[in-house]
Amino acid sequence: MDLFNTLVLLLDSTVRLSVPLLFAALAGLYSERSGVFDIGLEGKMLAGAFAAGAAAAVSGSAWVGLMAAVLVSVFMALVHGFASITHRGNQIVSGVAINFIAAGSTIILGQAWFSQGGRTPLVGAAGRFGAIHLPFADALSGVPVLGPLYSQLLSGHSLLVYLAFLLVPFTWWVLFRTRFGLRLRAVGENPAAVDTAGISVQWLRYRAVICTGVLTGLAGTYLALAQNAGFVKDMTAGRGFIALAALIFAKWRPVPVMFACLLFGFLDAFSIRIQGTPLPLIGRVPVQFMQALPYILTVVLLAGFIGRAIPPRAGGVPYVKER
Amino acid sequence: MSAPYAKLPAWADYGLIPLINLTVAFIVAGLVVLLIGENPLRAAVILVDGAIGRGQAIAYTLYYATSFIFTGLAVAVAFHCSLFNIGGEGQAYVGGLGVALVCLTFDSVLPWWLTFPLAILGAALFGAAWAFIPAYFQAKRGSHIVITTIMFNFIAASLMVYLLVEVLKPAGSQAPQTRTFLEGGQLPKLNWMLEAMGFAVRSAPLNVSFLLALVAAVLVWVLIWRTRLGYEIRMRGYSPKAARYAGVSEVRVIIVTMLISGALAGMMALNPVMGDQNRLQIDFVTGAGFVGIAVALMGRSHPAGIVPAAILFGMLYQGGAELAFEMPGISRDMIVIIQGLVILFAGALEHMFRPSLQALFASFSPQAVGAEAKQGEGA
Repeated sequence: MDLFNTLVLLLDSTVRLSVPLLFAALAGLYSERSGVFDIGLEGKMLAGAFAAGAAAAVSGSAWVGLMAAVLVSVFMALVHGFASITHRGNQIVSGVAINFIAAGSTIILGQAWFSQGGRTPLVGAAGRFGAIHLPFADALSGVPVLGPLYSQLLSGHSLLVYLAFLLVPFTWWVLFRTRFGLRLRAVGENPAAVDTAGISVQWLRYRAVICTGVLTGLAGTYLALAQNAGFVKDMTAGRGFIALAALIFAKWRPVPVMFACLLFGFLDAFSIRIQGTPLPLIGRVPVQFMQALPYILTVVLLAGFIGRAIPPRAGGVPYVKER
Repeated sequence: MSAPYAKLPAWADYGLIPLINLTVAFIVAGLVVLLIGENPLRAAVILVDGAIGRGQAIAYTLYYATSFIFTGLAVAVAFHCSLFNIGGEGQAYVGGLGVALVCLTFDSVLPWWLTFPLAILGAALFGAAWAFIPAYFQAKRGSHIVITTIMFNFIAASLMVYLLVEVLKPAGSQAPQTRTFLEGGQLPKLNWMLEAMGFAVRSAPLNVSFLLALVAAVLVWVLIWRTRLGYEIRMRGYSPKAARYAGVSEVRVIIVTMLISGALAGMMALNPVMGDQNRLQIDFVTGAGFVGIAVALMGRSHPAGIVPAAILFGMLYQGGAELAFEMPGISRDMIVIIQGLVILFAGALEHMFRPSLQALFASFSPQAVGAEAKQGEGA
């Protein structure tokens, strides 16, 4: 029973840790499927987290924080779009720029507005997305096996957690069952064909980039207002890149993205859990190795040793209407 | 306008457009300063004075610039092959391991001028080795080098923390760093050079690796524009198809280019590790690998542009420290914003002002621009 409880706790923290990855990876999915590479997920998420923390601290409302985060992230996504869609700039370069601008300005503005060393003031319960208890969670917790699974693993998360997991089927539906999704995928594979059909490549890509902005804003909000009670500088700590890794790991498909994020979340939860304790058979695994594992796995995948990750064909190439 | 990328006169292309882009980047940075309630002009004056006002400041500026020349050259060499090496940060970090291993082994037996060449070799070798795996995967298996080098930055960070905490830390010490190198592992300072020019320098970390950086800049110029390999690199960068058709081995060119790029990034470690701190510390690179991207973009991947761009960023780093002292609201992180804005305007939005500039030139002398445009199309 003790092992079982440990496992439930481990899975519970897996869910919590994978949610920001899931938001960010789904965000990247929209953009990259439309042919716009985005290594600026990290920056947009960070800017979103800061906006959420700052707006929630000033207004006291989590929803105002959410709105601010989405607005700021969408704005940064539009900057990326302006550079890479309208002006046909290098998408990688633009993403790098977004990351730096976000990293610097969140600290500078945070310090100037709140003077707490780059963090935003802690918000109270109204300023956070608190835990939601599913019906009968307390009543059922006594039931063996299923009880703890329901009351600890499924119940007691914030609204954003449920939203993140609902977004997976929703994204699948949008991409594979709507006209917008079909066009979005087409524009990432063969923009000239979409253009010939009389659909604006640029406008389609802009819409994809806006979706990315909205979702990275949600990712930031989760970090600042659900996992924590305010913004802390550099709080994304490379999660945007892990999300990018998850996206590649899942070969740009929504449902595998969820599993990849859960896997990377599990690795994170596991490494926190076993810190220092030796494992049977393997012995003591250095924490640093566990931290590097998502990146190592992604490199191995990219090299084609476990399946093959083929990006959208028009990814990274600006579309020129006439030559 | 059906020819949006028609040619401008060379001086406008290489001088005016980068200047406009840079100016816009700094104007936006000024707006950020305004947003936090400080006077951007006063901030600029403090920054410039803090960077070149005194001999001490100049020495610090050049010390920072040394690192940025190396990382800027690293990014630029890869750019010429149309590879984006975003892993300079990790390569420099691992390069530091090479420097430290050489210094820890030889610092008690050899004088610095014998340790130095070995350390250069160690830095270059370790940096190149860290670039080799992404390069090999790109060349042989087609995995995107941008993603793999990003991943390798993180792997390098984890690896180095592990090595410093578990392996290299001397017994009985708490701080995750190696022991301090002895005399034989310390590079001599260059402050006498500035003093000879009449500046007073109390103590600054500017050291011999600055001269090495300048030599590297010249060598990169020779490599790219005066050797057969450089020609192949540029040809592969300009048109992989043409290069393949001309019998250039793409695999070889990609791997060799990335090895050179990684070696240059690794050599950056000489400056802080052997020249200043005299030990290997956690996070000693402090973003210099990423500054290299901005430097290479600003310098248009040419050593003659990279050296001044690196010095400009050195000024920002040193002046930024002074600025943080005078205006507590503006910390060193302001540099990160400026860096991002420079990358945005000089890199991603490089062509933003081109059409309007072309229209402007056309309104002065329509014929000249028209003729240039024709030439550009034919080329």
